[in-house]
Amino acid sequence: MSTPFPLTGPVGVLLEQDVDTDIIYPARFLLLTDKHGLGQYAFSDRRNDGDFPLPLDASRPILVAGANFGCGSSREHAVWALHDFGIRAIIAPSFGEIFYTNCTRNGIVPICLPQDVVAALAARDGETLTVDLEACRVTGEGLDPIEFDISAGHREALLNGWDETDRIVALYGEQIDAYERRQQAGGLWL
Amino acid sequence: MGRTLYEKLWDAHVVAEDGDNTLIYIDRHLLHEVSTPQSFEILRQGGHGVRRPERQLAVADHSVPTQDRAQGIADPQARDQIALLERNCAEFGIEYLALDSADQGIVHVVGPEQGFTLPGLTIVCGDSHTSTHGAFGALAFGIGASECGTVMATQCLSQSKAKTMRVTFEGRLAAGVSAKDMALAFINAVGAAGAVGHAVEFAGEAVSALSMEGRMTLCNMVIEAGSRTGLIAPDATTFAYVEGRERAPQGADFGKACAYWRTLASDADAVFDREIVIDASAIAPFITYGTRPDQSVPVDGRIPASGEADDKALRYMGVSAEQPMDALAIDHVFIGSCTNGRIEDLRAAASIAHGRKVAEGVRALVVPGSGRVKQQAEAEGLDRIFVDAGFEWREPGCSLCVAMNNDRLPAGARCASTSNRNFEGRQGAGARTHLMSPAMAAAAAITGRITDIRSMAR
Ligand code: SF4
Repeated sequence: MSTPFPLTGPVGVLLEQDVDTDIIYPARFLLLTDKHGLGQYAFSDRRNDGDFPLPLDASRPILVAGANFGCGSSREHAVWALHDFGIRAIIAPSFGEIFYTNCTRNGIVPICLPQDVVAALAARDGETLTVDLEACRVTGEGLDPIEFDISAGHREALLNGWDETDRIVALYGEQIDAYERRQQAGGLWL
Repeated sequence: MGRTLYEKLWDAHVVAEDGDNTLIYIDRHLLHEVSTPQSFEILRQGGHGVRRPERQLAVADHSVPTQDRAQGIADPQARDQIALLERNCAEFGIEYLALDSADQGIVHVVGPEQGFTLPGLTIVCGDSHTSTHGAFGALAFGIGASECGTVMATQCLSQSKAKTMRVTFEGRLAAGVSAKDMALAFINAVGAAGAVGHAVEFAGEAVSALSMEGRMTLCNMVIEAGSRTGLIAPDATTFAYVEGRERAPQGADFGKACAYWRTLASDADAVFDREIVIDASAIAPFITYGTRPDQSVPVDGRIPASGEADDKALRYMGVSAEQPMDALAIDHVFIGSCTNGRIEDLRAAASIAHGRKVAEGVRALVVPGSGRVKQQAEAEGLDRIFVDAGFEWREPGCSLCVAMNNDRLPAGARCASTSNRNFEGRQGAGARTHLMSPAMAAAAAITGRITDIRSMAR
């Protein structure tokens, strides 16, 4: 899935820490075997709380979130649901690692920024920001541009919408063959 | 400079440098019904086959019913999902362990007990508790469904190398204290995100003294501290467990394999990015009070004072700051999961249940981790002990660890659970989960309250 970058849109804020993938996508919906149309289940057990801070109309492509966002279960459904919910970039002090990778595979840019920077961005709930993945920069009106780090591999994949499987097959087919030959020669029990 | 166990496993699996990442070879892939439907779709859409079908092993566990299986699966969604796994495996030539076979069980119980899990391998599964297999000195980590597709097509993943953390448990555990308590104490010490980005190696006297079952419990829960990978160096205990299992190397090959496996331990001069030392002899039975696995206290402790405690979590859990954990009333008990659904766990629970009765108003489930664990338990008469005491004895599966099948708790229920996550809604929307060891959960079933196992052990 490729997303047009730079991405400009209003910010949604969910600053709670340790929002796990069970909260993002409760387990009972894991029985679905499709990855499309899952946005309606995002935050199912939270969305009707009076204090749930995100609008439910897919109008906030940039999410500013609390530390350790997406921790817990590896369920990629959490990312598919957020994507379907309109989210294309998540800015947080830290992420669950599997969730982070799942984002990069599905057209959502995970952006790690220091706690105080995230807190400052959170004050801009509803305002418009721009995520420029080409330049690795977050910009907005009256905001000093904020640089962020993302691995070159993830950045390229997100920018080009590359399929990781196709990429590995195309670039490393021979090396994989060679590795398997070496392994066969060495370890009989494999 | 010497290398750590993690670095040795990593180096042995490098296929190519891939920009700022590394392409590593994946030796084994475990599949279950929930995380793979979309992975197989990726294969179809990309026109890929499965590169090495014999390196994959599939089993249904998350959504399977744990009773009345002869009648088939009542929930049509679960039935379709499990049937889809079976069809996908048939189409792509992957071995599938059928639901009616004694080999069926939770992926992380089945892999080790069949010798599919071995020291020195890289092992992945679309499940965050894949770290369990690190107990054998294998580099094992959970991945997403898209990555599962990539692994089936290429046997490879592009990864960045983790930092290393060694957690040394010095001294011996006291009576009534188990690997689960070590895991909860570790998570409490570093925090729910404390090990993000690190491969965690467990070492020290108390770790060496653990059985393979205990080591799996410990490695299983590193993800609750944010790490994808837990590791323990393979030793005589490991080799004794692996020897003779049907998918493990046999005869002369086994000897050769052991010689290699012995070289994997971290070198004496290896340097870790972080070192943590925990006094094992001072660990008490641990129990969680909140909605994150690091929100825990020793059973004789109190919930932290207001301000320090997470008020939202306390509200959800229906507990208050500074409340003692001991004697808190529970109404449900779950003994099982990939954390504590192995034979040793059932023995520990049965030793408490023996000759006693489940308290009135308490519903207690024992769900073995696999068909083989179930058979072994029945051969030892553990099922009788549980049933006589008033526990329900079920068929193997994830059950109340994830509440995807028909085992679900009602809102407001309070459960003493041997599983690994006390997240909001994990055992059913609005249900409250307290994580603890199997012996502690059995004790809670008997008294109807959180109970210090050390006051009940015989
Ligand atoms: S028992 Fe629980 S943690 Fe383990 S694989 Fe099943 S759902 Fe996941």
